[in-house]
Amino acid sequence: MTPPTASTEPLESYRSGPDERGHFGIFGGRFVAETLMPLILDLERAYDAARQSPDFQRDFDYFATHYTGRPSPLYFASSLTESLGGAKIYFKRDELNHTGSHKINNTLGQILLAKRMGKSRIIAETGAGQHGVATATVCALFDLPCVVYMGATDIERQAPNVFRMKLLGAEVVPVTSGTGTLKDAMNEALRDWVANVEDTFYIIGTVAGPHPYPAMVRDFQSVIGREAKQQIEQAEGRLPDTLVACIGGGSNAMGLFHPFLDDPVGIIGVEAGGLGLQTEQHAASLTGGRPGVLHGNRTYLLQNEDGQIIDAHSISAGLDYPGIGPEHAWLHDHGRVDYVSVTDSEALEAFQLCCRTEGIIPALEPAHALAHVAKIAPEMDKDQIIVMNLCGRGDKDIFTVADVLGVEI
Amino acid sequence: MSRGDRVDLAFKRLSDEGRAGLVTFITAGDPDLETSQNLMEGLADSGADIIELGMPFSDPMADGPAIQAANLRALANGASLRRTLDMVARFRRSNDQTPVILMGYFNPIYQYGPTRFVTDAVESGVDGLILVDLPPEEDDELCDPARTAGLHWVRLVTPTSDEKRLKSVLKNASGFVYYVSIAGITGTRSASVSAVGDAVARLRSHTGLPIAVGFGINTPEQVHDTVEVADGAVVGSAIIREIEKNLDETGAARPELLENVSSLVRTLAEGARN
Repeated sequence: MTPPTASTEPLESYRSGPDERGHFGIFGGRFVAETLMPLILDLERAYDAARQSPDFQRDFDYFATHYTGRPSPLYFASSLTESLGGAKIYFKRDELNHTGSHKINNTLGQILLAKRMGKSRIIAETGAGQHGVATATVCALFDLPCVVYMGATDIERQAPNVFRMKLLGAEVVPVTSGTGTLKDAMNEALRDWVANVEDTFYIIGTVAGPHPYPAMVRDFQSVIGREAKQQIEQAEGRLPDTLVACIGGGSNAMGLFHPFLDDPVGIIGVEAGGLGLQTEQHAASLTGGRPGVLHGNRTYLLQNEDGQIIDAHSISAGLDYPGIGPEHAWLHDHGRVDYVSVTDSEALEAFQLCCRTEGIIPALEPAHALAHVAKIAPEMDKDQIIVMNLCGRGDKDIFTVADVLGVEI
Repeated sequence: MSRGDRVDLAFKRLSDEGRAGLVTFITAGDPDLETSQNLMEGLADSGADIIELGMPFSDPMADGPAIQAANLRALANGASLRRTLDMVARFRRSNDQTPVILMGYFNPIYQYGPTRFVTDAVESGVDGLILVDLPPEEDDELCDPARTAGLHWVRLVTPTSDEKRLKSVLKNASGFVYYVSIAGITGTRSASVSAVGDAVARLRSHTGLPIAVGFGINTPEQVHDTVEVADGAVVGSAIIREIEKNLDETGAARPELLENVSSLVRTLAEGARN
C-alpha cells in the first residue's frame, strides 16, 4: 500500500498550486491515454493564453453579468439564524444563477475557450444533470452540437433535467456500463473524446480530471469566493469565521474556498455520508477512501484492496462520485480545510428546514452543507459568521424527496 | 538468461523465420481464473508469438464494450492483480519462451505498491508492461522502477503523436513499440491499410525497435495486411468476443470454449505467416 504523504507543515500560501506538471503535492497529474496527451497539452497552452487575455476575461465577465445574472446575492438567512440560535448564517446564492446552480460559471468559461480553440463539438458528463443542463445551455447559446453522457440510474432519478437538456438541443446518451452513475458517465465521455480528438472539446464539470482541468474549473468557479469576500466585507465589515460547502467532485466548494485559503477563516467541506460511513454506502472519498489514480488524476478514491473502484452512494446524484478534486485531497492532507460528512437523512432534514425557515427549496447537494451548518451554528457565538454556498436549487430533487418521504405526486 | 530477453529473442526468431508475429490479448481471469489459465496456455500452443495479458480494472477507460465486459467478468469471478501474477508464474512452469506483457491501468499497481509490483512481476516471469494511463509525463511512477527491474516498457504511439511528441514517447520505450492504429477505444473501428503503412514508416525513422500494430484488427486478412508493414499484429477484442460467444446463460464457460478460441487463434496465426 502506498501511504498518503500527509504534511502538517503550514505553507506560506495555499493558493499557489498546481505546479507546472499539474500536481498539488502528490495529487493531480495527467494520467491519461497517449491519444489524449497532445490534446491536453494544447488545452493547457490555450487556457494559459486565454486567462491572460483581456478579451477572454471581458467576454467571460459579460456573460456572467448579463446571462448568468452575477453577482449572486450574499443573503443573511435571519430566520434560519434565529431558529438555530447561534452564529449568523449567510447564503451565497448561486442557486439563483441562470440554470439553477453554480455549474454555469464553469461551462461559460470552457465554451468560450472551446470557441477560441476552434472546436466544433462539445461533450460532457453529468450526474445530477446540473452540469449537463449548464453545458447544453451554453451549447445552445453558442450554437455548438452537444452530447451529454449520463448514467442510466441518474437518468431515472433526474428526469426533469434530462428533459431540460433535450429541450436545449443536447443529445443525452444513457450509460449502462458499471452502475450507471457519474463515474461511468465520465468513463464514457473520455472514450468519446479519445475517438473524436480532432474536433471535440470535453467540458468537465468539476475540479477533477487531468491537468489543467482541476485548476481551470477552480479558476472559473472562483468568482463565487471573490464575490462573497467583497459582499461579506460590505455587509459585516470583516471576513467570515467559517465557510461551508458540499463536495462531490468539489467545484462549488473550491470556487468558494480558493479566494479565502490564505485568510484567517475556518473552512469546512461536507462530503456525502450516504447511509453512514460504517456502511460502505456513502460517497465520502476523503473520510472513507485513500489515494489512487482515476479519470486522469491522483486523488482520494473509494476503492477496494485491489485498487478496484467502489461505487459511491448518496441520495444526491450530484455528490454520488467515488473521487474528489485533487486540490481538495491536497488541502485535506495539509489540514487547511476540514472535511466532514453528512448522511442522507441529515441532508433530507436540512432540506426541509431550509424550505420551512427561509422559503428556499435547496438542491440536495447544498442541503448537505446546510445539515453541517445546523450542527455547528448553535455551538458558535452570535457574533460569529458562517458563509454557506447554496450552490443549487432543489426543483430537480422534489421527486426524489417525495419518494423518500413516501409522498405521491 | 536475463529477464526481458524473451521479447528480444522472440523478435529475433521471427526475423530469422522471415515473418511477423501475432500478439494476442486476453483479460486475466476472464471468464474465470481456471479457464483463463487454460486459455493462456492455449494461445501459445495455437500460434500466438507474444501474449498480452490484461490486468483487470473496474474502469477501463480506453476499452470498448467487449473488453469492458471481460474486465467485469474477471473481477466478478475473483480476479486480482496478485492472481494475474500467479497466472503468469503458473504459465511459466510449462512455457519459458513466449513473452508475456501485462497491459492495464495504473491504480491496481499503485495500490499493490509499484516497487513491490515490479519485483513480483519479474519473479513471476513477466517480460514487459503496457500502462494505458501512464504517459511519459508520469514516468517516475512506474516506468523508471520497471526498467530498473529489467522489465520492458512498451509504449503506445497513436495517430495523435506528432513529431515532437514521438521523441518523448519513444525515449524510455523498450522491447517493441505498440502503434495504436486509430484514435479511439479498443474493438470499435479499423484503420485503413495505407494509413497504417504510412504511420509505421514514419515511426521506423524514429526507432529501431520492432513495431506491433493494434486496435481494430479482427480477422486473419487484417492480420495479414498489418504484418505486410509491421513486425507484429495485436488482436484483442475479436478473441474476447469469441470467449463471450462461448459462455452459457449463467456466464460460465461452455466446454467447447477453449477449442473454439484456439481455432480462431490458429487462423489468425496463419494470417501472420502468409
